Amino acid sequence: MGQHVETSSSDYVKGFVASLILTVIPFYLAYTKALPNGVTYALLFGCAIVQILVHFKYFLHMEAKTSEGQWNIVSLAFTAIIVLILIAGSVWIIYNMTANMKL
Amino acid sequence: MQANAASHDHDHHHDTNGNKLFGFWIYLMSDCILFATLFATYAVLETGSISGPTGKDIFELPFVFVETMLLLFSSITFGFGMIAMKRNDVAGLKRWMKVTFLLGVGFIAMEIYEFHHLIEAGYGPQESAFLSAFFTLVGTHGLHVTFGLVWLAVCYHQLSTKGLNENMAMRFSCLSLFWHFLDIVWICVFTIVYLMGVM
Repeated sequence: MGQHVETSSSDYVKGFVASLILTVIPFYLAYTKALPNGVTYALLFGCAIVQILVHFKYFLHMEAKTSEGQWNIVSLAFTAIIVLILIAGSVWIIYNMTANMKL
Repeated sequence: MQANAASHDHDHHHDTNGNKLFGFWIYLMSDCILFATLFATYAVLETGSISGPTGKDIFELPFVFVETMLLLFSSITFGFGMIAMKRNDVAGLKRWMKVTFLLGVGFIAMEIYEFHHLIEAGYGPQESAFLSAFFTLVGTHGLHVTFGLVWLAVCYHQLSTKGLNENMAMRFSCLSLFWHFLDIVWICVFTIVYLMGVM
């Protein structure tokens, strides 16, 4: 990550092209509504997750080869768990509250 | 990387800078949680637009697509700047930072235009829970980008006056993490807010 990893412009170009494709697909699907809603939702989420991973690899240069890189990944994994609890928990609780209180 | 501005005879600074970079990474992770709370708020309030418009009525995807492209292009230009920096190519670094800055300004200008347009049309944050959550989430991201631009301008000025030394390289490394991180947050914003909003 940052200055500790050998980076080349081809890495950035690879990441950029992949991101471009992973941006154009969901925009196209949402704009044209060419596919059934369920499929589109799945593809929107899929493209976003893959693009985030692409950014981590090619732009942020995250890798598990060095001990520093491992610490970055561990802190990221911990944060991801917190984020998941926060978002899934909020949605779950409020959804049930709305359903049960017939708001 | 060893052959960068932090040259080989400064190995004793290496650990300090590694710690700085890791410390900054931890800050970004806490920022991630801040955005997660705003995303959770948005997810919960998204349907709360009884009297006001919904995402379908107000989001214009071609506009958002251009915003997204500006931010994505600014990510790769920042990357090219970092590569120039590691080659000790100050002129190249400056050139790429200028391009990045302009792309960032373009993004912010479009966002301000969008917000202004919505408020003019009577769809301000006070209209509904959905719009409050929308303005808070997207506005917080925009504020981050704005501060990134200020930081970039300051670093550019320092680079011009002090030249490229180890400290400057560290500042640019941290700023690059910040900038790429904001692009990742934007992926979540355009997917969850805009694309799912028009579905």
